[in-house]
Amino acid sequence: MSGVSEGPAMSIQTEVERLRRVPLFAAIDTSRLKLLAFTSERLAFEKGAVLFRQGDRGDSAYLILDGSVDVVVDSDKGPVTVAHLGQNAFVGEISLLCDTPRTAAVVATAPLDTLKIKKELFFQLLRDMPQMTLEIMRELAERLNNTNKELSVAHAKLRSAGLE
Amino acid sequence: MAGESTLYRYIWQHSRREQLVVLIVAVAAQPVYFLSLTLPKLIVNGAISDEKYWAAHTTRNFLHFVIGIPESLQGWLGTQWVLLSGFELERVPYLVALSVAFLVLVGATGFLKFLMNTMKGRMGERLLRRLRYELVDKVLRFPSAHLRRTKQSEIASMIKDEVEPLGGFIGDAIVWPVFLAGQALTALIFIIVQNAWLGLITATVVSAQALIIPRLRRPILKLGKLRQVQARELAGRVGEIVDGGADIRVHGTSNWERAEIVRRLGKIYDIRFDIYQRKYFVKSLNNFIAQMTPFVFYLVGGYLAIKGQLDVGQLLAVIVAYKDLPGPIKELIDWDLARQDVQIKYDQVMDQFHPDNMVPAELQAPLADAPLLSGQIELKGVTAVDDAGFTLLDNVDLSLNLNQSVAATGGAGCGKEALGLLFARQVTLKSGAVRLGGVELTTASDGFLGRRIAYAGPDGYFFPLNLKDNLLYGLKYQPGPLPESCDRVASARFAAEARRAGNPDFALDADWLDYEALRAHTPTEITDRIAEVLSVVGLESDVYQFGLQARLDPKANASAAQRIVEARHALRERLAAENMSTLVEPFDPGSYNRNASIAENLLFGTSIDPELQPSALPHLPHFRRVVAEEGLEGDLVAMGLSIADTMIELFRDFPPDHPFFDEFSFIPAAELPAYQAIVKRVKAGGATYADRSQLSVLPLRYVEARHRLGLITPQIRERLLVARRTFAETLPAELKARIEFYETDRYNAAASLQDNILLGRVAYGMAEAATRVGVVMRQVLDQLDVRDVIIDAGLAYNVGAAGKRLTPAQRQKLGLARALIKNTDFLVLNSTVSTLDDQQKIEIVDRVLAYRQGKGTVWVLSKDDLALRFDRVLVFDHGRLVTDKEQVTMARAAAQ
Repeated sequence: MSGVSEGPAMSIQTEVERLRRVPLFAAIDTSRLKLLAFTSERLAFEKGAVLFRQGDRGDSAYLILDGSVDVVVDSDKGPVTVAHLGQNAFVGEISLLCDTPRTAAVVATAPLDTLKIKKELFFQLLRDMPQMTLEIMRELAERLNNTNKELSVAHAKLRSAGLE
Repeated sequence: MAGESTLYRYIWQHSRREQLVVLIVAVAAQPVYFLSLTLPKLIVNGAISDEKYWAAHTTRNFLHFVIGIPESLQGWLGTQWVLLSGFELERVPYLVALSVAFLVLVGATGFLKFLMNTMKGRMGERLLRRLRYELVDKVLRFPSAHLRRTKQSEIASMIKDEVEPLGGFIGDAIVWPVFLAGQALTALIFIIVQNAWLGLITATVVSAQALIIPRLRRPILKLGKLRQVQARELAGRVGEIVDGGADIRVHGTSNWERAEIVRRLGKIYDIRFDIYQRKYFVKSLNNFIAQMTPFVFYLVGGYLAIKGQLDVGQLLAVIVAYKDLPGPIKELIDWDLARQDVQIKYDQVMDQFHPDNMVPAELQAPLADAPLLSGQIELKGVTAVDDAGFTLLDNVDLSLNLNQSVAATGGAGCGKEALGLLFARQVTLKSGAVRLGGVELTTASDGFLGRRIAYAGPDGYFFPLNLKDNLLYGLKYQPGPLPESCDRVASARFAAEARRAGNPDFALDADWLDYEALRAHTPTEITDRIAEVLSVVGLESDVYQFGLQARLDPKANASAAQRIVEARHALRERLAAENMSTLVEPFDPGSYNRNASIAENLLFGTSIDPELQPSALPHLPHFRRVVAEEGLEGDLVAMGLSIADTMIELFRDFPPDHPFFDEFSFIPAAELPAYQAIVKRVKAGGATYADRSQLSVLPLRYVEARHRLGLITPQIRERLLVARRTFAETLPAELKARIEFYETDRYNAAASLQDNILLGRVAYGMAEAATRVGVVMRQVLDQLDVRDVIIDAGLAYNVGAAGKRLTPAQRQKLGLARALIKNTDFLVLNSTVSTLDDQQKIEIVDRVLAYRQGKGTVWVLSKDDLALRFDRVLVFDHGRLVTDKEQVTMARAAAQ
């Protein structure tokens, strides 16, 4: 019998530190992140395993603790890899916030160790922790602001190129 | 009074001979009893104290029996009748002879009494057995409309409780009144002989008593009747509360039920109290009347004696004789009360068991043979109605071939279901006729239909037996030969006694299976047939799952257990070969299992004993001893402190009713403040013994791989392993017998088959681990041919009362399987798979039709688009057959 792995060497403490590096959770205090980690499932995937497919109903997001993934989108010419993500990436986060189907598939390109955060649980936490909700809102607003800025820069570029 | 004649007719009809025998014994016992009472007087007066006689004589006559005739009658009857002339004995032998005679008589009286009571008891029990059987027999013959109206708990209460007093009464029904009346009459005649006037007065008072008391008791009996009905309804309501328990909770109406029950209890109380009051009034009146007679004796008799018209000796004799009169009279009146009471019970019960249109007994008699159906099934002008008289089928003409698959379709309420129910004889045929080959449906016997037509509706009833017995239930038409192992003498005796009580002598131990219909003769063939049908209805994987969860007795199934252990090793090899070893962490006596709790790691075995469950360890003295001896307490307290700290940090802000507590917390919401105090004390260095023991309990359900608090350090792991060994080695013998430790090469009798095959834990945190291991396990079991062991174990799964341990889909599949396995010429399926999803429906319909190829099948479809798969499609509308078309199905085209 080949020895059973010692399993995730990292304990909940490490998971909390990793969560903190996710921009969405950056401003949330440690005990809340610890709760998020404790109530979430640690999940390992083999190389080549599919975390989720494009079009699936999204019910959770994954924090990559170790390993790497490809983000793959279906196109007319077959699947196209649009991104390559590694440690500390947070994939599938859109589904935590809204009810859209998965916009891309995520496939492990190396043995993968993740923390699986369920939408249900995430919502439960938001309901009970208004402070946390505010932090998340602030983060989202900032993102929106950034996106708007980028958009206006892009507009300006297009206009100066005389395309509009 | 009609009722009386029925109860007595019933008793007389079924126990006439026994009643007469008891009567004879009772009569025979009387003189013996009388003699045993008179002998002591003779011993004292004749042998011991009659000095005057013995001074004059040396011998005395023994066994000289004379009946003296009273003076007033002496004229025409002579002075005395000599029964035995006897023989002469000297004084001491005379005493000895009399004493021995006394002893013999006492013994004889006792023996006769014993004989009589035994006979009475046996007679009562036999008749009660007969009555109960007849009632159940009637229930089996209730028409289906009546069954739907009947409350089962009321019927059960009648058969079980209400007829019970009859058993006690039947023994006394005839003998006791005859006996008591005899005694009373003797006393009365004696009084009349002493003095005609006093006799007349006595007779008047007694007859007044006999007339008035029963009359006063009549309302009590009426109340008793009412009470009985109320009590029966109460039983019915309690049954409803149990059956509807889930719905009562869901609707939050438990208090309405409480009010309902309280109303009933109040009514029963009122009735009972009324009965109570009247009963004791009648009792005191009865006593008073009984005391009237001595009053008359003293007054009238005394007056006559004073006036010199009656001599004092005579008066005393009358008073003494009268002492014997009230006893029997009172008991006679009591007996009469019991009689009326039992009478009412009997009438009440019988009333409930005589619905109209009872199925004639002949239709349920065992059959010599049941010829195959031939020709066609024909409906001519069939109009069928439901219980309320609504028309379900309206003048339907139809003939069905016995080799066709027919779909019955139509919208809701179109009458297609009625077509199915018609063949199950659950709707009333108002006009027209249904002929099955040459047989009329309405008058066909149950046994014939059961063999030739199978029916499965949407919600079949299942008995609380295992799956296999439920599946084969429909093949148990009549008893076959007794098995070899059966005690033939005992079964013959049982059958003989059954016949004496009017019960049929069907032997339950006999082999009831109809092997011809099952087309199987050996146990292997039976298993094959069952497996075949299970896969047709798509129940195989369910049964397989039940089997995996089942326990197997390795003593009774040694080879199966051996194969399971082989499968365990094969599974490990396969998982290693497929690079899946990380998905299962085996129970290895030499290493700590990160996917099991600390308690499971310490116990390291399985038990069905509640004391030896991982969660019960803190209460086990042996466990506490091991923890103390191995110095593990400090570790447990430290881990407990860490857990408590974390839990307080994570959950202190949540309200106590938050779902997180149930789902994630080691500490229930209510105990969180207490643990906060404990942690504070421990950190301040002031921990009490109780604090430490509270903390040491917490880590027992900690699973390292799941909870990830990083508590199991290499040092702690080593100490836990040592404690595990000590726990097993020092376990007291009586506990050792009740636990099965995990051993790599031995079958674990207390664990499920699945746990035995795995002998480990599916790892936490591995994506799809359980599913992937399940697939490999299934492959391994198939390869090793162990599937049948699992299926057999799954078939032993008990389906629970009314099949409630199965899901609705499983119940429908089982109902279908039960009908299929009968292999009847004609199969009627009535919305049988309505709860399944569309894909499953299609697959099952295809498989069933293939299985039934060449035989007649009518399927009432809940979804019309399945109809394309049938040879012929009937469409109903408003009870009429509006379309009837044959079609060539793909299956049929392929077959041709």
